[in-house]
Amino acid sequence: MTTGIETVRIAAEPADIARPPARKVHLSARTRTTMLLSYLVLIAIALIYIYPFLISIAGSFKTDADATQNPLSLLPQTWSFAAYERLFTTVPLLQWTGNSAIVAIVVTFSRVFLDSLAGYALSRLRFRGRNVVFAAVIAVMAVPNVVLLIPRFLILKELGLYNSYAGMIIPLIVDAAGIFIMKQFFESIPVSVEEAARIDGAGVFRTFWTVVLPMARPALITLFILSFQGSWNEFAHFVISRQSTDLNTLTTGVASLTSGELGTGNQYPLQLAAAVLMSIPVAVIFFIFQRRIMSTSEGGEKG
Amino acid sequence: MGKTSVGKGIRGSEGRYGWTFIAPAILIIGVFLVVPIFLALYVSFSNWNGLGSPIGNSSLVGGDNYAKVLVDSGLAQRDFGTSIRNNFYYVLLVVPLQTALALFLAVQVNRRVLRGRGFFRTAFYFPSVTSSVAITTIFIFLFTASGAVNTLLGWLGINGPNWFADPSGIIHNLLKGVGVTSAPPLFNEGGPLGLTWWDWVSGPSVAMCVLIILAVFTTSGTFMLLFLAALQNIGAEIDEAAEMDGAGPMRKFFSVTLPMLKPTLFTVLTLGLIGTWQVFDQIYLTGKGAPGKTLLTPAFLAYDTSFKGLNWGEGAAISFILFLIIVALTLLQRYILRDRDTGRGAIRRAQKADRELHEEAARAAR
Repeated sequence: MTTGIETVRIAAEPADIARPPARKVHLSARTRTTMLLSYLVLIAIALIYIYPFLISIAGSFKTDADATQNPLSLLPQTWSFAAYERLFTTVPLLQWTGNSAIVAIVVTFSRVFLDSLAGYALSRLRFRGRNVVFAAVIAVMAVPNVVLLIPRFLILKELGLYNSYAGMIIPLIVDAAGIFIMKQFFESIPVSVEEAARIDGAGVFRTFWTVVLPMARPALITLFILSFQGSWNEFAHFVISRQSTDLNTLTTGVASLTSGELGTGNQYPLQLAAAVLMSIPVAVIFFIFQRRIMSTSEGGEKG
Repeated sequence: MGKTSVGKGIRGSEGRYGWTFIAPAILIIGVFLVVPIFLALYVSFSNWNGLGSPIGNSSLVGGDNYAKVLVDSGLAQRDFGTSIRNNFYYVLLVVPLQTALALFLAVQVNRRVLRGRGFFRTAFYFPSVTSSVAITTIFIFLFTASGAVNTLLGWLGINGPNWFADPSGIIHNLLKGVGVTSAPPLFNEGGPLGLTWWDWVSGPSVAMCVLIILAVFTTSGTFMLLFLAALQNIGAEIDEAAEMDGAGPMRKFFSVTLPMLKPTLFTVLTLGLIGTWQVFDQIYLTGKGAPGKTLLTPAFLAYDTSFKGLNWGEGAAISFILFLIIVALTLLQRYILRDRDTGRGAIRRAQKADRELHEEAARAAR
C-alpha cells in the first residue's frame, strides 16, 4: 500500500531532496530515462514541424532543375537569386504586400476590440435577449464561409463596395469565433475581482477596460494573433470581393503563381520564394508576442 | 436598503451597456452575414442565372435545386455524394488527430522542468501562422513524385506513391493487400447519393491523405495555443496541490487537468469540426478536386457549381446542405460532451477529485 503511493509521489516530484539517498538514485535514473525519451520525442516532432520550412527557404535559392532533383538538401548546388529577382520585377509582389498590410492591420485591431466588447457583454452583462444573441453567435459560427461567398459578393455589389478596400475589410472586422473565445475566457475569470471594482464605484466600461481586459491578456493575445493571421492569410473572401489585379493581396496573388499563371514549367523556386516571403510578417508578429504568450494570468485572484 | 437600490441601478445600466457593447458586432454580422444568408436561401430555391440582382431577375422553383443534388440520379448527385464521402473521411481523421496532438503538445510545452520550452512552442506553432496558400504551395513541392517525402521514404526502402496524382482510396488499397481487388457482390449495389457501397468504403484517397496531414500539421499549433492559455489559467497551485497529494502524471492529467480543460476542449472540438467541413483553399490550389474528384469537397463543389458552372441555385443548395450537416454535428457533439456546469463547475469537480486524492493518500499513509 505505502510503496504504491510512494512510487506515484516520487514520479511526480523528481526534484525532491529530502528523500533517502538510496531510493533517490534508483528513481532519478528512471526519471532521467523518461525525461530523455520525452525530449527525443519532442525534438523529433519539432524537426517534422520545422524541416519543410527550411527546405522551402533553401529551395527558393535553387535553380529550377536543382529544386526538382535535390528536394531534400538544405544547400543549393549553385545559389540562384533568380526567383527573388523575378518576384520584385515582373511580379507585383510589393503591391500585393501593401494591400495585405492595409487589410490585416485594420481588421486585426477592429476585431480584437469589437470581439472583446461583445464577448464581455455575453459573459457578464445581464441584458434582455442575451441568450438569444449568444445562440445567434453560435449559429453564426457554424455558418460555412462558402455559403457566404455568393451572397457577400451580391451585398457588396448592392452597397457599391465591390472591388474596394471597404468591401475587402468591413465584412471581416467582427468574427463570431473570436466573440466565442472571449466569452469563454471571461467566464473563467472569477467574478469577485469585477465585483470589487464595481463596489468601488467603477462604471461598466471602466471595469471592463481597466480591470477585466488586463486580466484577459492571454486570450487577447491569442485573439490578436489569430486575427492578424486570419486576415493576412484570408483567401476566399478576396477571391469574391474584388476583381481588379491592383487589389490583389499576397494570398490571391501567390495563388495565381501556384496555379501556374506565369507560364509553363514547375517554377518551384519562384513559388517557394513567394511562400517564404508572405510568411515573414505573421512569423514576426508571432516572435514579438511569443514571450507574452508564455506569461500567464497566474495569481490573478491572490489579493 | 441602500444596497438594493445600488444593485438595481447597476442592473439597469447593465442592460444598456450590454446592448451598446454588442451593437457593432450585431450590425456587422447582420449586414454581412445574416442578410446574405437569407439571400442565399432565396437563391437556393430559385432559378437565378447570375445576371442582375437575384430579386426580380429569377423565379422560385421550389426544391428543384435540392432534388438535383440529393435525389435525382445524375452527375450533380454523384459529385455531391463523392464530395461528402471525401470530406467525411477528412473530418474523421483530422478532428481527433489535431485535438489529441494539440493537447499533447500543450501539456508537454507547459511543463515547468522542460528546457527549451520557447523553442518547442515556436516550432509547433509556426505552421499555424503560415497561410493556407503558402503551406499548400510548400506541400505540393514536398509531395511531388520525386519530392522530399518520397526521397525520405526511398531511404527507408519504401517506394512512395505519386501523392497528389493518386486517386486510390487507402481502405481499397488495404483490401487489395489481402486479395480483395473489386467490390464483393453486395457492395456493388447502389448506396446513398449515387455512389455504390464499394465507393463509400474507399477511405480517403492517397491525395486526400496529404491534405489530412497538411490540416493536422497547420492546425495543431493554433489549438495548442488555446489549450496552453487554459492550462496557464488553471495556475500552478492546483497542479502542485494534486502532485503534493500524490497524484501521478496520468492521474493528475485525467482527474485534475482534463476536467478543468473541458470548456477549452469543447471550443477546440467545435472549431475543428466546423473548420474541417469547410476545406476550400487547399482544394482550389491543388487542382480543383483532382485526382479523380477524390479531393472534391462540398465547400469547393458549391463554389465551383455557382461561380464556374453558373448553377447558382444548385451551388447555394449544396451550401445549405453543408450548413445543416455542420449544425447537426455540432449539436450532436455538444450533446455528447454536455455538462451540467462548465467553467467554475469544472474547477469545483477538479477540487473534489483533488480532495478525494488527498483522503486516499492520507488513508494509505496511515
